[in-house]
Amino acid sequence: MSSKAQILAAVLANQPAKLPQPVFEPFSPQGENNLDVFVKTAKGIGSSLHFFSGMQEVKDLITSSFSVGRIISPLAELSDIAETDFADVDAHTLEDVELGVFKAHFGVAENSALWVTEDLLGKRVSPFICQHLMLLVNKTAILQNMHQAYDSIGAADYDFGTFIAGPSKTADIEQSLVLGAHGPRSLVIVVLG
Amino acid sequence: MIQELKDHATLADDFNQDEDRVGWHDDTLWWIREKRDKIAWQVPDWELLRSAASNIKDHVLSNLNPYLLQFEANAIANGITVHWAADAAEHNQIVLNILREKEINKLVKSKSMLTEECHLNDFLADNGVDVIDSDLGERIVQLAEEPPSHIVLPCIHKKKEEIGQLFHKHLGTPEGNSDPQLLTEAARHHLRETFLSRKATVTGINFAVAETGEFVVCTNEGNADMGAHLADVHIACMGIEKIIPERKDLSVFLRLLARSATGQPITTYSSHFKKPRENQEMHIILVDNGRTKQLGREDFRNSLKCIRCGACMNTCPVYRRSGGHSYHYAITGPIGAILAPNLDMEKYADLPFASTLCGSCTNVCPVKIDIHQQLYKWRQVIVQSGYAPKAKVLSMKAMAFTLSSPFVYHTAGKMGRAVLKYAPFTVNNKFNPWYKQRDMPEPPSASFGEWYKKNRN
Repeated sequence: MSSKAQILAAVLANQPAKLPQPVFEPFSPQGENNLDVFVKTAKGIGSSLHFFSGMQEVKDLITSSFSVGRIISPLAELSDIAETDFADVDAHTLEDVELGVFKAHFGVAENSALWVTEDLLGKRVSPFICQHLMLLVNKTAILQNMHQAYDSIGAADYDFGTFIAGPSKTADIEQSLVLGAHGPRSLVIVVLG
Repeated sequence: MIQELKDHATLADDFNQDEDRVGWHDDTLWWIREKRDKIAWQVPDWELLRSAASNIKDHVLSNLNPYLLQFEANAIANGITVHWAADAAEHNQIVLNILREKEINKLVKSKSMLTEECHLNDFLADNGVDVIDSDLGERIVQLAEEPPSHIVLPCIHKKKEEIGQLFHKHLGTPEGNSDPQLLTEAARHHLRETFLSRKATVTGINFAVAETGEFVVCTNEGNADMGAHLADVHIACMGIEKIIPERKDLSVFLRLLARSATGQPITTYSSHFKKPRENQEMHIILVDNGRTKQLGREDFRNSLKCIRCGACMNTCPVYRRSGGHSYHYAITGPIGAILAPNLDMEKYADLPFASTLCGSCTNVCPVKIDIHQQLYKWRQVIVQSGYAPKAKVLSMKAMAFTLSSPFVYHTAGKMGRAVLKYAPFTVNNKFNPWYKQRDMPEPPSASFGEWYKKNRN
């Protein structure tokens, strides 16, 4: 008997009588205003925030804060200051990227996580390999909690997707928090609108 | 490894030689437990969330066969190759076969407690494959040639000065420098080279969704993603109990996991892998290794609900003072002590006894595993099966003899009080385990029975 058949037979023999799939009630929000909770949580885990009305302000921020180094973004509006055609390059060649700028589908107030999928990233590795990361999110796209987040994702057919909450970090050495473990050293969140 | 021959009490003794370190270890873990409390109490429906998570997992265990088949079918449809491994040896061989077929002899690995359980690194090293662990804590214990001492915080037992020395020796950091910022930066550079040069990666799996065939990997460092998105071959390893029914169930578990583990609102990255990249190979290995047996043990099956957050360790008064290595098993602490005897009741007979049964582990468990009750039940199973430690059998026999006769009981009580009063040196010495790290109490002048006789009027 193959291991698969053996495992499945043992599971069938040993699993208890079937229990119903639980239906859970809607959970309460963590605060009155989603945006307020989002901002407080984001700052608490080391992200920085900007509130802009349009892309020109985003450009101004990028040119003033990241004047040196390679910048990538799949956003056509940034084509004059960033490489936008990196989707087909070898992922390894992105190792010297200083800043990556991407749009997020939405943000989640309770944990300040932003949901991005491969189609928004150009390449899967891009929000991880850059030294600094900037994510743009619409003010109206801040959801309460993870339940609303998965309601919003629904049955979307992505190849890869990830929630990103703050800069990459570690506290493995005596619980001292250090930002910039393997991924970005900083996360800049731009709330648009 | 030599420590596998020693039991929990002996290994805890080793750890307790350095009292300052024990105090520091205890305080550090309790601080994490407090962070967990603080953030859990901010969530209005925390207890409802725990119930939801527990109910989802109970449902999964009761319907695991169809969910495994559903997951496999969807993962295959997504372009992932699915393997099944009955035990650790088969799991390790599958990994090696995939690598050999691609002629790859270097691997970068992110944290996976399953691969620790299977001793994958040792097996691959014996077969000429170089493995580098990419989680900082795991890299540190790997350089120190030690196993992790905690499932979430692998080097929680190490002082920064020791890590500074290790990095000086292996990564060339300045001698005597133990600044966490500098050491982390050195590891970042060293591991970036690794990520960029390795063609294969192994990751764990936190959750596998039957409905969609996708799997989720959570990290703070981004090491699983750096490995997976740069490698040609991604091998993801999971125990068969990691299945959840639907994508929306992730909302419950992702709210609980990091809050319970480290007091964070969520891990930095919660990555959903559904399909391989173009030209990338993606494999999933579904591993049994004793899980189907545990599923059949009615009293112990719900230990399979564990999501590996480590909250039970951080809160455990025994773990905090005995250190993770005293459990001599890949999964340390209270949850390890109820999982390990299922695999080898004789080898791990000591672990369910390494507890005060205070119940704190059960209270913090995000999926409501009745850990302390299972510890108590394992003790009975172990004793009945004849695997109880010898000293315990002798002392239990002596106790049964004493308690079975009123005369022997009263005489023994008198003798005990007399010894403490007139000959304290016979118990205040290193041969008495109760004297270690504490003083014996002042003996009472009379037993309760004697006091009651005198005072009942």
